[in-house]
Amino acid sequence: MAATLPASPFPQAQDKARTEPVGEPPVQRKASPWADIVFSLLAHGAAWLVLLLLLGIIGSLLVSAMPAIREYGLSFLWRSDWDPVKNQYGGLVMIYGTLMTSIIALLIAVPVSFGIALFLTELSPGWLRRPLGIAVELLAAVPSIVYGMWGLLVFGPILATYVQQPLQKLLHGVPVLSRLVEGAPVGIGIFSAGVILAIMIIPFIAAVMRDVFETTPAMLRESAYGLGSTTWEVVFRVVLPYTKAGVIGAIMLGLGRALGETMAITFVIGNMNQLDSPSLFAAANSITSALANEFAEAEEGLHQASLIYLGLILFFITFVVLALSKVLLSQLKKGEGSRT
Amino acid sequence: MSINSLDSGRMAMHRRRKRINAIALSLSLGAMAFGLFWLIWILFETFRLGLGGLSLALFTEMTPPPMSETGGLANAIFGSLTMVALATFLGTPIGIMAGVYLAEYGQRTWLGSTTRFINDILLSAPSIVIGLFIYALVVARFKAFSGYAGILALALIVIPVVIRTTETMLTLIPNAMREAAYALGTPKWRVISNITLKSARAGVVTGILLALARIAGETAPLLFTALSNQFWSMDLGQPMASLPVTIFKFAMSPYENWQKLAWAGVFLITMGVLALNIAARVMFRNKH
Repeated sequence: MAATLPASPFPQAQDKARTEPVGEPPVQRKASPWADIVFSLLAHGAAWLVLLLLLGIIGSLLVSAMPAIREYGLSFLWRSDWDPVKNQYGGLVMIYGTLMTSIIALLIAVPVSFGIALFLTELSPGWLRRPLGIAVELLAAVPSIVYGMWGLLVFGPILATYVQQPLQKLLHGVPVLSRLVEGAPVGIGIFSAGVILAIMIIPFIAAVMRDVFETTPAMLRESAYGLGSTTWEVVFRVVLPYTKAGVIGAIMLGLGRALGETMAITFVIGNMNQLDSPSLFAAANSITSALANEFAEAEEGLHQASLIYLGLILFFITFVVLALSKVLLSQLKKGEGSRT
Repeated sequence: MSINSLDSGRMAMHRRRKRINAIALSLSLGAMAFGLFWLIWILFETFRLGLGGLSLALFTEMTPPPMSETGGLANAIFGSLTMVALATFLGTPIGIMAGVYLAEYGQRTWLGSTTRFINDILLSAPSIVIGLFIYALVVARFKAFSGYAGILALALIVIPVVIRTTETMLTLIPNAMREAAYALGTPKWRVISNITLKSARAGVVTGILLALARIAGETAPLLFTALSNQFWSMDLGQPMASLPVTIFKFAMSPYENWQKLAWAGVFLITMGVLALNIAARVMFRNKH
């Protein structure tokens, strides 16, 4: 230590250094007693603000939706007529659209994300792992309006020509299935919305699933490999059971995103309030797209209140889904410490 | 059972396991290719159609009426930049302070764990609901769509993102540093502002960049707060144009010149957001 110290700048003080302090005695700085309190109050205040924000959202939506809640109560959930002219409102069409698009999105996204996560954790060569992981995360960062516009102008027409029309030909005359694909081939509707949503949430689910898979202790995986398991067996019989809660949490997180997604759906769902045709290729509506299209022009009163009621329902559903996802994901974190 | 038949049984099982493994792994490879396929396709189309619409007029001229030959996105770009900047300015301090609370004050308190839980939910809550909230709170009360309302809505989206990264980054700072500072008699607020926040600076800035990237592309919360404006407006009390809302309006229209501008706008937004994300990543990696 001493050898690396520079020569003392005060040669004359060197002899006395052991007994007397060099230079002026230190200035005693008085810490203001207020600074600490103010800072702590600010931090506490900011935390409270987040809680108040949530309460504020729920409260203000409840108050604004009151006219519709009073008028329809819970029957709003299964009334299917939405008619601003006659001032009749029911949310079934939009709720159906939101749930159906999210289900289609999950059906596509879950297996694909699982495959991607599996690839990134077990298969990919080391040098490829990072760039691919970054690519997946960047895909998650692309704004939803880009997906929506691409879906409407590029993907929709292709889907209509190469998927819907062949399906119509194939299923022609088959009783139930043919009704699912009926309609003009314009490439908008519940199915396109579901596919676009799937593309959007794949990176989210894949990134979380990858992180979740990586929490499996190396010891467990290596033991399984050591016993002669194949890669698939290690993933399916060791990693997956170990991370079950986290994987479901990741799926729930994706579902939460899908339910609340606005722009990607609004572009391609077609915005038509109908439930007459069960076709997946017919224009429909979702909660978010109804809000995006109608709210700014809605008249104050029952129309606006009904739209806000829809928003409240959406917030409630996503809140439950996201809370569930959070609980499941944090369970995994807790288990991590105890099991390794 | 002879040894031979046992062996052949084992071999069959071995082959079966190998086969299942091969199928599963090729499916996984397929999934990766599937994911990348969309990324490349979307980026390719954005480039192809966006570059075609790029011109100087994009930055100097206002949004045109339908079917006109000229026109740009100047007012929308200006509106977006203004609202995004002010929203970040407004939301960041609150986010950082709440993050400080979570990491330094309330790690084990009920307020801490509740806030953390709520914040994680707000992080993925539908942004259109934030728009509804601000509509009910501001627009309905003052009977006017305004740039201020848009800024507020965006700021509410910034807060959870900043809280999350700030907290994560602060908890990465080793406790020994805090203890050393306390041992020197430093008051807590100085320990936080001069020691822990300072060492976590790169991480916190990363969070701010990610928040910027997030709100730069947000459309839904602006639809009924800032609305849109066809003309140049610097008055935050008036409806304000923004890039995403303008893209939405233009892309849904049947007019060719509007669609072309929308593609150019989408190109600008995508590039901006990707650049911000890459900057955040580089920034974080250089420091950690």
